[in-house]
Amino acid sequence: MEEAKPKAQLDREFSDLYRAHLRDVYSYSYYRIGNHHDAEDLTEQTFLQAYRHFERAQRESDGRPLRPWLIRIAHNLAANYYRDRSRKPTSALEDAGVVPAPHDTERVVEGRDDLKRILTGVDQLPDDRREALIMRFALAMDNREIARAMGRSDGATKVLIHRAIRQLEEIVAQDGGEPVAHEDRKG
Amino acid sequence: MTASDSDFEVLVRSALRPVEPPEELAGRLEDALVNLTEMAADELESWELGAMRDPRNWVRPVAAVVVGATAGTALMVLRVRSRRRAQSTGLRRAVGRTARDAAEQARRAVSPR
Repeated sequence: MEEAKPKAQLDREFSDLYRAHLRDVYSYSYYRIGNHHDAEDLTEQTFLQAYRHFERAQRESDGRPLRPWLIRIAHNLAANYYRDRSRKPTSALEDAGVVPAPHDTERVVEGRDDLKRILTGVDQLPDDRREALIMRFALAMDNREIARAMGRSDGATKVLIHRAIRQLEEIVAQDGGEPVAHEDRKG
Repeated sequence: MTASDSDFEVLVRSALRPVEPPEELAGRLEDALVNLTEMAADELESWELGAMRDPRNWVRPVAAVVVGATAGTALMVLRVRSRRRAQSTGLRRAVGRTARDAAEQARRAVSPR
């Protein structure tokens, strides 16, 4: 029989998980829901749920990272949010551009029209494709992590992301009347 | 992947930047987690007194002692941070709300199955 971890150790490990992934869960929630107020609630509920089931999740994770599990909790809560309130994202992520970018690899963005068109396009994608792109780009998750979070195979996830990017590119091109011009943003 | 594909993905990454959670949320959540731990310990302690007569339950009080001895330290880092935030921002309303949430979560967490 597997021996349970001491409570203090579990709490310490949960604290580490919380500190490491608060921004991930919040980013996911924000892009999924579309407004900061509900994203805060969703983030809070996600971590409270995660705390309740942390020991079991650790046991079953077999040492793998728990971020996909956290995002899956947020995903399920977001699904309940839409089901309960019968609503879709309302703000079309329009104020995402003014949120300070925490990554120092991200520079202050120029060409804001391009970015707004992309965010509008993301909003028009089917749910699974939109989620995959949020995980890929906002959370920098790799294909395997995304696959675990979405309950799909690695191969199916790779195809999903590829199609999502293609569809987004088409939407943006149609919306803007021309392909999005790339400006070199790398330092 | 072509060069233009890669360019588009760079642009998507710029659009979908990580969003920093508001400090208020971090403080509220940290309070909730600390309260959750402490309240779980309190409830276990109450449960312990009522259940000691039944030998089938003697394993549980041992767990309660462990929890009681460690709950104050396990989330200490979060507690210190959350107190600093509470002092500086006066988030009494938010703390009250999460304390209620935490109490509910704690009740579920420690209720005998």
